[in-house]
Amino acid sequence: MAATTLEPTAAVPLKRRKSVEDGGWGSPTTYFVALVVVALTLAPVAYIVLGGFRTNSQITTNPAAFPNPWKLDNYLEVLKSSTFWQQFFNSAIAALATTVGVVVLGVMASYVLARYHFRGRGAMFALFASGLMFPITVAITPLYLVIKDLGLLDNLLGVILPQIAFALPTTVIILVPFLRAIPREIEEAATVDGCSRLGFFGRMVIPLSLPGVLTVGILAFVGSWNSYLLPLFILNNQEHFTLTLGVQAFSSQYSTDTAKVLAFTSLSMIPALVFFSLFERRIVSGLGGAVKG
Amino acid sequence: MSDSQTENSLAQESSLENPSPAGGGAIVATPPAGGRPRRRGVSWRERLEITVLSGPAIIVFIGFVILPVILAAYYGFFRWKGYGRPTDFVGLHNYVVILQDPEFRAALEHNLYILVLSLIIQGPIAILLALLLNRKMRGRSIIRVLIFVPWVVSEVIAGTGFSLMLSTQGAINDLLRNVGLGHFTADWLSDPNIALWALMGILTWKYIGFAVILFMAGMQNIPEELSEAAAIDGAGYWQIQRRITLPLLGPTIRIWAFLSIIGALQLFDLVYIIWGQYVAGTAGVSTMVTYMVQYGRNAGNYGYGSAVAVVVFFISLIVALGYQRFVLRRDTEGALTDGGKK
Repeated sequence: MAATTLEPTAAVPLKRRKSVEDGGWGSPTTYFVALVVVALTLAPVAYIVLGGFRTNSQITTNPAAFPNPWKLDNYLEVLKSSTFWQQFFNSAIAALATTVGVVVLGVMASYVLARYHFRGRGAMFALFASGLMFPITVAITPLYLVIKDLGLLDNLLGVILPQIAFALPTTVIILVPFLRAIPREIEEAATVDGCSRLGFFGRMVIPLSLPGVLTVGILAFVGSWNSYLLPLFILNNQEHFTLTLGVQAFSSQYSTDTAKVLAFTSLSMIPALVFFSLFERRIVSGLGGAVKG
Repeated sequence: MSDSQTENSLAQESSLENPSPAGGGAIVATPPAGGRPRRRGVSWRERLEITVLSGPAIIVFIGFVILPVILAAYYGFFRWKGYGRPTDFVGLHNYVVILQDPEFRAALEHNLYILVLSLIIQGPIAILLALLLNRKMRGRSIIRVLIFVPWVVSEVIAGTGFSLMLSTQGAINDLLRNVGLGHFTADWLSDPNIALWALMGILTWKYIGFAVILFMAGMQNIPEELSEAAAIDGAGYWQIQRRITLPLLGPTIRIWAFLSIIGALQLFDLVYIIWGQYVAGTAGVSTMVTYMVQYGRNAGNYGYGSAVAVVVFFISLIVALGYQRFVLRRDTEGALTDGGKK
């Protein structure tokens, strides 16, 4: 990551001092409570992952137990099925396209809101902020009809475009403080050196706001990977399904084959988990920043 | 929306950025640097840049967010199956039917239960967990990651897992029998007396990590000098948390509560996945949005479904504006003076 971490708040030195790094031992009670919490948090995930290693008869006779013996068959079968991979790629395409769209459109609009002064700037900010009042659930019925009129039903584009649109409000709200925090002196220096505002945008703004951009991108990716309502309305054909719809279709299709359902389910959550663990710090600090600004 | 409201939200924004009290640190809030005009008026070149940069976002946003919302308001006045143009204008008939339908009222009631229970269950637990994870201990960062995992797992996966675990022949009942708590077994998902609590358990599991992360971020911004000073004056750990951390965490808690309230009113995925549209009603966990999907799109009544969406929106709007007016407003007036009353 770039060495320049630009926090949107002025409270950076305090943050550094306050944060207690790992190390030092707390009381045993603290550890006990923490352990219980972690166990409760992970139990359902463990149930899904471990269940995939069991057979149906194991699950029926002993619903809550470890795999004995461990079976790889369920996972292998899912990994060999073309349906899984088809839906995996659909999810990946939708998530990547949504992420790129959100980041590109979001940065451009936020830049205007943060650093241009013009009549209607307040109205524009209000327009995007009003989007927070319209979650996708409210608009979904007519949205379905708009997508239908555009001929994008049963098409990933019909999922991607609305996802970009609905992610814009949070994106703008997270990015504007970031972009505003870039010191005016840098811009003035760039202007003196003959850099236009657009040039400044490309050369300075994008690199300096990278932390905010990453946060927004990750939120968009995970949000798209996990989205359910919109694909449910837009996609009808199994081969266009994203993994979330796939999991549900699979679990109703093979409702008697619990072990295989669990294997399918746990494989489908891996990408989001990997993505999350790679960028965990960004997500966490980004969410903190989002609430503060 | 008017400009004054924007200014209000911007003011609020900057006050939220600096929850630290005046005497807490030597840091002075930098005023928002953005967009101070160096000369009057906007040149055509700037206009072009503004248009090129913000145009695409505005078009996509209006096309896929604002337009559908306006269409929902329009379609809501028609009896319409979604073919051709809506012609069968029925005025407020759809709204009368919705508000008189006992099923919708039941769904609204469930939403309100979920809203209140989410706040009183998740709020305190999340604050305690955040306090816990803010203490010196080994493995703190890994715990912080793990506690956040459910938030990343999709609703579909959580729903599939929990519906298998909580089924009558599922893992939870089996586990209870194995540890000798056999008489606590229950039809977690189908018993109307229990299903709502099962849902609350799942919601807490899924969303508590988000609250914890927010609260931890808020706590990190509280200057340590305050607790140190209080400790020197003889305050105990819990006293410090009650008198210093909690009041100073006020703005973060209020923002979280706002997000939680909106989420509770719009709840759909988990209920629809675990219970499905028909069982949700009988198990007593149907929500306004599951009602909307069931009687709107799934029944092919797009006019009616749009009207339900409008009702859901207005209920959310009223709650949100009320919250903004009576709760969030304190944050614009000064977050510190009144925190102790909470």
